[in-house]
Amino acid sequence: MNHAIGTLRRGALVALLFTLLAGCATTAANRPAPDVPARHTAAEFRDLRIAYEPDPWEGFNRSMYQFNYYLDHYLFLPVVHGYEFITPVFVQDRVSDFFNNLGEIKNLTNSVLQLKGGETGHTLARFLTNSTVGLGGLFDPATTWGLERRPEDFGLTLARWGVASGNYLVLPVFGPSSARDAGGLAVDGGISYGIYTLADPFRSLDESFTIEAGVATLDAIDTRHQIPFRYFESGYPFEYEMVRFFTRERRELATKK
Amino acid sequence: MMRTLTVLFLCLFLAPASTRGADPEYGYPLRSAFGSSIIGTPEKLKPKLPEYVPTRTLELEIFPDRKKPPVFFYDHGLVSTLAYQKKKAPLVFLIASYGASNLSSAQQTLMKTLYQAGFHVITLPSSTHPNFIISASSSSVPGDLTADAVDMYRAMEAAWNAVKHKIEVSDFYLVGTSLGATQAAFVARYDEERQFFKFRKVMLINPSVNLYNSVNMIEALLAKIPGGSNREGEFFNRMLTRFISFYRAGNFVSFNDQFLFAVYQEQLFSNDEAGALIGLSYRVNLAGQIFASDVMTNSGYIVPKNLVLHYTDPLSDYFQVATHLSFFQFFNEYLFPYFRSQNPGLTQDAFIRSQGLKAIDPYLRDNPKFGVITNENDFILAPGELDYLKGLFGPNIKVYPWGGHLGNLEYRDNLAYLVEFLKREGGKP
Repeated sequence: MNHAIGTLRRGALVALLFTLLAGCATTAANRPAPDVPARHTAAEFRDLRIAYEPDPWEGFNRSMYQFNYYLDHYLFLPVVHGYEFITPVFVQDRVSDFFNNLGEIKNLTNSVLQLKGGETGHTLARFLTNSTVGLGGLFDPATTWGLERRPEDFGLTLARWGVASGNYLVLPVFGPSSARDAGGLAVDGGISYGIYTLADPFRSLDESFTIEAGVATLDAIDTRHQIPFRYFESGYPFEYEMVRFFTRERRELATKK
Repeated sequence: MMRTLTVLFLCLFLAPASTRGADPEYGYPLRSAFGSSIIGTPEKLKPKLPEYVPTRTLELEIFPDRKKPPVFFYDHGLVSTLAYQKKKAPLVFLIASYGASNLSSAQQTLMKTLYQAGFHVITLPSSTHPNFIISASSSSVPGDLTADAVDMYRAMEAAWNAVKHKIEVSDFYLVGTSLGATQAAFVARYDEERQFFKFRKVMLINPSVNLYNSVNMIEALLAKIPGGSNREGEFFNRMLTRFISFYRAGNFVSFNDQFLFAVYQEQLFSNDEAGALIGLSYRVNLAGQIFASDVMTNSGYIVPKNLVLHYTDPLSDYFQVATHLSFFQFFNEYLFPYFRSQNPGLTQDAFIRSQGLKAIDPYLRDNPKFGVITNENDFILAPGELDYLKGLFGPNIKVYPWGGHLGNLEYRDNLAYLVEFLKREGGKP
């Protein structure tokens, strides 16, 4: 019951943010254009564009990119820095290994759904190794033995079965994605939630809700801790365009593997 | 970010060059000038550096009254990083290479290396980086070594004022890479006037001898594109397609060292193509400089005058324009007219001559404070300039047989030499 309320509340919050931010997405169209064009304009250069990706939802996406920066700046990064300050690096790494090992369930499910035999065996061997020799996932001996992580997700599964990526989409919190991958993200979330509810590891404890909330928070902090990307850290005025290009290309390459 | 750019944008590489006259003692493996500059140093040949270095990020408000355009809403001052020792130690200022941020991948390696060797470190972006243009350049029009040195010095003082109560410092040192190296020489000379830091040693890594000669060499790489640099977009897309099919065809799992080495070995890109890709990455940096400067000065060069851009406005058209302007076009139409407006008698020839080490030759000649690291095949040096450097710095120059432009910067021998030079006795008493 508590789960359901938590999920509902989170969903409502995200929907609210979407609405608010879509409203703020003003564009140049609302302001008068200056009379004098610049000395050099794009019409002058008849050449293909460098690192170009179509982006029909650019106004919304740019607002969201900006929103994520503020979210990082005022919420996530201060929390992550606090966590990094009070926790020894050794413990941080154990936490990361632990959650990464749980994430293998997602990788495994999606390898199976894509009928990738070799990769399924690889990921299963990795998961079993780290769950046993790696003391329940606290360590990652599998990588040392050549069983490297093979990330998979439901977006890639959809791609495997012919779903095109759809428009570029910057999601709140999760960042650069696409219409297809946003759907994939929701399915992956649903699968994890389902497995978790079935297993319900804390059911016998009195404070199960508090413990679950704590674990979920730690998971979120660790996720941000593991991603080195910082919005606008490059200071490059065309960072949005570069990130869009690299995200799309990398993703496109991942779907072909 | 720029690391991502270097790896992804330019995962390309070329024929291993001839090994004639090779120095068998030098273990850096990539002998092609362009190949090494793009790939850098393979992971296992880098020194072991600490994973964790205690740092503080500084956001320096150098001109508190400056109004920043809304499209740069994220800029809250000049970003600089302090890596600190817990005891009294010498402090090194690090100036980044052309267009690079304070924590570009080369800057991070240098910072960690010097921290490990017992120095405090303060990193600074290049004066051509958009963050510097927006927050630390007095004119927002960088491009003159003398004026930029004054701005850089002001930024260093601001950084020092922000940290001086927290760390104990014995002496000041200065290290610069590429354009940042040439700039370091001008900053050191300005320091002799100001007498504030009194730098003990200054290391120039792969400096440009004359900025205009260097830019000429780089722009010439783009001229090798079929149809010239105005077809760079078509060229980029062609290289990208080739790169992607290579990745797909092979059994690669990620963009790791192994993949990059395969690209190099298979000679996926010809020497001319690799050079053009280096030229293209230069243009991408130049685009940032042009856009930031134009918006800050409201000059109407690529953004219409008085147009107030917001972050949600699409910027792709400006990117297209800014990457297609050559440096010389930008210089003739924007930079030089600005410099002449500041100094009406200025001629182009005199200005270009002033943009290099020869302009401060008497100060640098046999000055024991200076050290230089460069390579025989650094392609930003025009013919004769390497010999000039050797004559200028005598025993204090270290020339490696290969390594291209900054390609061997992270190689363990190079970093060990840097530390050894800074710690050596001598320099300014």
